[in-house]
Amino acid sequence: MGDTTMLPVPAVGTTGVSRFAGILSSLRRSPAGFIGFVIVTLMVLITAIVPFFLPEVAPNVKEILLPAGTPGHLLGTDNEGKDVLIQLIGGGRTVIFVGFFAAAISTAIAIVLGSLAAYLGGWVDSVVVTLADVFLTVPQIVLLAVLGAFFKLDSPFLLALLVGGLSWPVLTRAVRAQVFSLKEREFVEAARLLDLGTVRVVFVEILPNMASFILMNFMIGVTNAIYQLVGLYLLGLAPLTGSNWGIMLNRAWIAGAIFNDASLAWILSPICAIVLLLLGLVMMTRSLEEILNPRLRDR
Amino acid sequence: MSAQELSPQDTVRTPLMTLDGVSQVFSTKAGPIRAVDNIDLSINPGEVLCLVGESGSGKTTAARMAAGLARPTSGQVAFDGTDIWSLKRNDFTAFRRSVQYVHQDPYASLNPTRTILQTITAPLFKHGLVKSKKAAAERAVELLTKVDLTPAENYLSKYPHQLSGGQRQRVAVARALTLDPKLIIADESTSMLDVSIRISVLAMLGRLRDDLGVGFLFITHDLAIAKYFGWRGKTAVMYLGRIVEFGPTPKIINAPTHPYTRALIDAIPEPDPDLTKTKGRESLRSLEIPSLAHLPSGCSFHPRCPQFEDGLCDGAIPELVTIRSGQSAACHVVARDGVPGVGDGGRPDEPGA
Repeated sequence: MGDTTMLPVPAVGTTGVSRFAGILSSLRRSPAGFIGFVIVTLMVLITAIVPFFLPEVAPNVKEILLPAGTPGHLLGTDNEGKDVLIQLIGGGRTVIFVGFFAAAISTAIAIVLGSLAAYLGGWVDSVVVTLADVFLTVPQIVLLAVLGAFFKLDSPFLLALLVGGLSWPVLTRAVRAQVFSLKEREFVEAARLLDLGTVRVVFVEILPNMASFILMNFMIGVTNAIYQLVGLYLLGLAPLTGSNWGIMLNRAWIAGAIFNDASLAWILSPICAIVLLLLGLVMMTRSLEEILNPRLRDR
Repeated sequence: MSAQELSPQDTVRTPLMTLDGVSQVFSTKAGPIRAVDNIDLSINPGEVLCLVGESGSGKTTAARMAAGLARPTSGQVAFDGTDIWSLKRNDFTAFRRSVQYVHQDPYASLNPTRTILQTITAPLFKHGLVKSKKAAAERAVELLTKVDLTPAENYLSKYPHQLSGGQRQRVAVARALTLDPKLIIADESTSMLDVSIRISVLAMLGRLRDDLGVGFLFITHDLAIAKYFGWRGKTAVMYLGRIVEFGPTPKIINAPTHPYTRALIDAIPEPDPDLTKTKGRESLRSLEIPSLAHLPSGCSFHPRCPQFEDGLCDGAIPELVTIRSGQSAACHVVARDGVPGVGDGGRPDEPGA
């Protein structure tokens, strides 16, 4: 790993190939970030692709609550005799999808509202800040619980929309604060003097300067969305159809798996998967700064 | 009487830009701050106007108003004879394109996330001056060559942090040139550079002035730089938001009339220590600069002025009057008595108000 940092890295992404190579070498520079990147990539790939090659899990009364390490059932079985490992691999897709999609929604809302509020000021700013304050006062998990009682929240899209549509205010205010300081910088004034246009000044001149801040907040948004989703399932507020880590946890909890030595792997495996994924995401953010800041990129 | 009416040759040409009775008052908790108080300036096409003054004299505020970055609280900033704040959107765009600004700090005025190529070509694309990426790159090379960054191709893919201060300032100048401006406002543009680099950047700016016929509003706190860059132009000396002396640069440097300008020239150290010792003929009564929030009454220089006369200087605010041909000063005493120590000081046209 040390040798690669000495190689001359193409300074700029003039071509797609050299930019990609630059990103790869930046990733490798921070060991923690690289490990995080590998963890996240592996988990995303495994949960997305491997389930297509796995057999369907069917209830099997002869094999209920087998302990971990049983031949043929590496992580044992649950109280319906379904294999835990197969459920674990198949159960990540929804969680990861909802996490990333919800964070993408909330980050996009936060970027647009926060930067325009700060840059334009005046009534735009007042409206955005008031709106953010109102949304901040809404207790999200309670609202989700109430909504879950009235509507059938079984579509991952709908869940992601709900979670993302509720969690933008904090980042919006952070983005607004950053743009307030960035817009006074002289290069922004220079761009205004060249009459480059509001949209361009905000999204091309100002935002790239806070790209690592935004991406880190995006990662935090992913972890928060995953926590919220899993929390909903654990509390049984979302329909328990299909199979994902949250549903596994809920069923293991209801079945009292924590009181049974043999079913320890059943309840712990989704927890471990979630923790590992979130750890990978958080570690990955360490490398983002180096990828996005040109000052660090080609050193 | 305003400064632009003073030289007869100026009235023949239409000035490119005029500041007419322009003031900028900031309201603060400590009361209103008159950063710029009723100044008149005019710049002809291709002319250099140096604005000299110490920190807090309102130079930068005046420059920002000239650039249309700040709206004056009173008075009129006119470009090609029209008030810029009454311009319609399209005309304001034309004004923006004609007047460009070079900031003081080249470390802050270039976007750290954009390459030099991106920085220079963005305005070209936005204003439809180039059709293709290839043409834009060619134009960027041309502009960088103009500011002595050669071979220009080597700089295109660089980020600002990979360049030195002087190189960055040249990029900032190249960016200001992208839209073929008629006037460049240089706000202390060389003051953050090393002395050796400063001269070469000044020489480069001088070439642009001569070759491209660009007018300059050149702001500096350093009379030596005003002398070097604006020798064939005019200089206005500012003190606490007002213009205290105005005239052709050689006269301001060689034969200053206002006590403040004279004190500034006297303060320039000479290489010979004996000369420096004997030089300070007129010593200031106070070294303290009054606060802008509590300006002294009458002439704001009177608490420090060696020629202070009780009852005259702390009464009315002196107006800028012609002291000798083309040179005017805002001083009651000089307007009445002429310049002390100078035999042919010239008769004042009219006494101060």
